Amino acid sequence: MSILEVEHIKKSFGKTEVLKDISFNLEQGEVLSIIGSSGSGKTTLLRCLNFLEMPNKGVIRVNNEILLDTENPETLKESEVRKKRLHFGLVFQSFNLFPQYTALQNVMLARELLAKERPDFKANRKEILDEIRVNAEELLRQMGLEDRMNNYPHQLSGGQCQRVAIARALALQPDILCFDEPTSALDPELTGEVLRVLRNLADKKTTMIIVTHEMAFAKDVASQVIFMDDGHILEQGTPEQVFDNPKMERTKQFLSSYS
Amino acid sequence: MDLFIEQLPVVLEALNIGFIQTLKLFFVTLLGAFPLGLIIAFGSMSNFKPLSYLTKFIVWIVRGTPLMIQLLIIYYFPGLVFHNPIWGGGEGGRFAAAAVSFIINYACYFSEIYRGGIQGIPVGQEEAGLVLGLTKTQIFFKVKLLQMIKKIVPAMSNEIITLVKDTSLARIIALQEIIWAGQAFMKGSQGISGAIWPLFFCAIYYLIWNGVLTVLLGKLEKKLDFFR
Repeated sequence: MSILEVEHIKKSFGKTEVLKDISFNLEQGEVLSIIGSSGSGKTTLLRCLNFLEMPNKGVIRVNNEILLDTENPETLKESEVRKKRLHFGLVFQSFNLFPQYTALQNVMLARELLAKERPDFKANRKEILDEIRVNAEELLRQMGLEDRMNNYPHQLSGGQCQRVAIARALALQPDILCFDEPTSALDPELTGEVLRVLRNLADKKTTMIIVTHEMAFAKDVASQVIFMDDGHILEQGTPEQVFDNPKMERTKQFLSSYS
Repeated sequence: MDLFIEQLPVVLEALNIGFIQTLKLFFVTLLGAFPLGLIIAFGSMSNFKPLSYLTKFIVWIVRGTPLMIQLLIIYYFPGLVFHNPIWGGGEGGRFAAAAVSFIINYACYFSEIYRGGIQGIPVGQEEAGLVLGLTKTQIFFKVKLLQMIKKIVPAMSNEIITLVKDTSLARIIALQEIIWAGQAFMKGSQGISGAIWPLFFCAIYYLIWNGVLTVLLGKLEKKLDFFR
């Protein structure tokens, strides 16, 4: 059984069709890389999965639970969307850390707010908050930021910010962690440290979807690659299939621009 | 000189009483206009078009006409047109009318400052909050509010200092604030008449109070310097 099943997703902005019938599956522990030129719909696809955009058509299932079915209005309710988002995590190109919170506070905030909704929060306040803090500290340690926990985002480098953002997304233990060009805002020297973190997560069998322009990285880390062009999935397969033996002329043309 | 020393305590006592009324109007206005301004700001940013147009229309009227006219109309209109002087008589009624006028007027100015502050926050902040499962309310209070406050402190400081001086407009409905108290000694009060110097003292009260506020607001701005 696939952890994620996406069926016939369509999305338009006004008259522009950005996603034209996207379907794919993702297995637990797999890393899916989505590649393609700018404007091919990669980012919109990730935003649809995280319900930042509502698809006009299609079905999204996680662990066999229907999160979204455009035929079923019950699944489109705003009040339901919030819970569904928690199946996914999203790391942005521009980090989007909260500037008024330290690295540690950024990682803890969402879990603290969720914990306050628990019926037993008042009774076990201290234990719950301690657990959240210990967990956040552990995540930041894994990101190599043990001595940066109490720094504010403006005191951190871009690579450090992005690693805090990854820890923040991991804190909620999403089923699937999405990355929207996580290294595109970083200079080459800082790209490496973020890619190493992604590599580690992949080794730990974190289910991930990575939109990226880092072809060597995608080839190396991904278990599955999707090449998108003009709102379609043009080619899909293992990295070897897509990178070494692309079937479509358009894929060859796109890949050649990187070599 | 002897006369001045004799009159000074009398004048200062009257000015102190007036200044307390000035301060009361100042603080009540801020207390009312801070939250009301936020509500108006949300109204004008609403996706529900009729509400957004209506609030923008009201803000246009209030910002487009003199506060002094608003004071006069709000104070006299109910009594003169409906024969129903809702403000009652006396200083309490005048104060209530002045407070309502000032709160509405300043809330409209504040709403535009808030709007600029909120719209200046990158969309990514809201989106990051959403994907972390925060509600819109949590995003506003836990993520955006402090960033907005930081952005608007300089513009707000300006408005607040203007408000200190604008309170004197309430003199037009005979609210017994500090200018009213100082002016009384020109016309004649407590055996003192034709004295212009109490008005200079009024000016000094305003200067000192605005000095205190400038320092406090500067401290707030510094305090918010811990993030960018």
